[in-house]
Amino acid sequence: MSSKFEESNYISSYLILLSIAVICLFPLLWMLSSSLKSQSEIFTNMSLIPKKIHFQNYIDAWVKGKFAIYFLNSLIYTLCGVLGILVITSLCAYALARLNVPFKNIIFLILIIPLIVPLPGTFVPLYVLLKRLGLLDTRIGLILCYINGGLAFGIFLLKSFFEEIPKELEEAAIIDGATRWQIYFRIMLPLVKPALATLAIFNTVSIWNEFLLALIVLQNPSKMPIQRGLMVFQGTHITEYGQLMAGLSIATLPVIIIYLLMQKYIIKGITAGALKG
Amino acid sequence: MKKQSDITSFIFVLPAVLMFAIFTIYPFIKTFQLSAYEWDGISPVMKFIGFKNYLNVIYDSLFWRSMLNAGFITLLALTFQNLLALILAIIIDRGIKFEKFFRTVYFIPPILSGVVVGLVWKWIYDGNYGILNTILRFIGLEKYATSWLSNPKTALLSVAIVHMWKGFGWGFVILLAGLQTIPRELYEAASIDGADTFKQFWYVTVPLMIPIFFVVSILTILGTMQIFDLIYSMTRGGPAGFTEVPISYIYRYMANNELGYATAMAVVFGLVLFSLSIIQIFVSRKLKKV
Repeated sequence: MSSKFEESNYISSYLILLSIAVICLFPLLWMLSSSLKSQSEIFTNMSLIPKKIHFQNYIDAWVKGKFAIYFLNSLIYTLCGVLGILVITSLCAYALARLNVPFKNIIFLILIIPLIVPLPGTFVPLYVLLKRLGLLDTRIGLILCYINGGLAFGIFLLKSFFEEIPKELEEAAIIDGATRWQIYFRIMLPLVKPALATLAIFNTVSIWNEFLLALIVLQNPSKMPIQRGLMVFQGTHITEYGQLMAGLSIATLPVIIIYLLMQKYIIKGITAGALKG
Repeated sequence: MKKQSDITSFIFVLPAVLMFAIFTIYPFIKTFQLSAYEWDGISPVMKFIGFKNYLNVIYDSLFWRSMLNAGFITLLALTFQNLLALILAIIIDRGIKFEKFFRTVYFIPPILSGVVVGLVWKWIYDGNYGILNTILRFIGLEKYATSWLSNPKTALLSVAIVHMWKGFGWGFVILLAGLQTIPRELYEAASIDGADTFKQFWYVTVPLMIPIFFVVSILTILGTMQIFDLIYSMTRGGPAGFTEVPISYIYRYMANNELGYATAMAVVFGLVLFSLSIIQIFVSRKLKKV
């Protein structure tokens, strides 16, 4: 093959990669740069670089736009949801992989149904259920929904990790007189740390970004997570783009930071889910 | 002794099983029950009407249009979005400088929330203040400038483009992971046998990637048919239902306290998705045997 052909191939490859990268990044950079422009500059200066850094948008969004409250709520939902998912799924997955649980194969198959069968529209009866239980418009109601939403994938992923741990480790511990709980906490959990990290990061991003359940469960703005707060803000401040873009940046920054730091775990979570399934 | 250990081991699975039973299984069964009633969610009396809700769903042209709208976006995603994802994955897999940078950037849109993406693009598309029209005017294509999301002719396509912008990174990551499992020796052997790049792709890559193509297609279909956050934040189904999708339509009825009808639509929609994924799995099994 001629080297000229190779070379032009190489250049066009880079052109494709680069233009797609620009298309990926432009809306984000546009959001970020607009969040730093004053209201008058937004409509006159179409450059990506603000003439003067106008930080007031963030202060207004944070205080007047109530994003401080939304942000805190999102933090609570995400932390509680992720912790709940980690505790409940690791207990269950360990037992299903290693203990003598009655009907364990059937239990496992039922628990991973949501990974196989799409269940759209169950949010309608879920709404009815939460109402009956008095959990509608409560923080705990939304958190329970989030934990439930993370069960299937968590159990599926962790079970396969627990199964890979050699049995001899447990047997040795049993001979040394360790109880089940000690084995679980001291031996098994530390060994599946990478999987726990994957789950934690993966669920952090998905709970932080979740919208539909938050839309159905909550009515009171003071309990709303940031994704709903954005819609509330957008509904009342339609053309205050500077503040809106500041709010959007506030909602996006934590996710981007987590992603850049923990990219490995997020990609692992996706490929594990897709390629094993 | 043995019995007791079974009971303690059951304590480990109890929280998960209990939660799953209450928040997944119960609502799932309840969906079918509710769909046979006329109920506003408030009054203590639920009126049993049998299959009448389903009959209404069958004749509800707006419901089927929402299905078609989602189907249109799905079709675009299956073709353009996944083709783009595949091309990018192949280029990256061949080994290229700054590989890490491109991989990182392509997966940024998928990790953003639907609401954030929807609201940013809503402004980009805006008829008066949107950057898209500003760019069009700047390069002299002013006649194409329009209110992208409120013009019935452009609304659905505009939404679909955002969905694909947000989604191609998923396919890219999965396809790339698949490509990287193919042993390099196979390419070397093929190249010694005189296969050029295209032939290598067709006779080495494609056969080995078929299972992964199917995984990506299933995920694309199920994910796109259930699109909601983007629609809700950009158009709420408007203008006049031109971007309505099944979930937004079901939600509309739920918010309007017509729970029986909303659940009947949910059942029909669920059945459509279920049969789509069954067909996919069936076809992929067949192909594997060939």
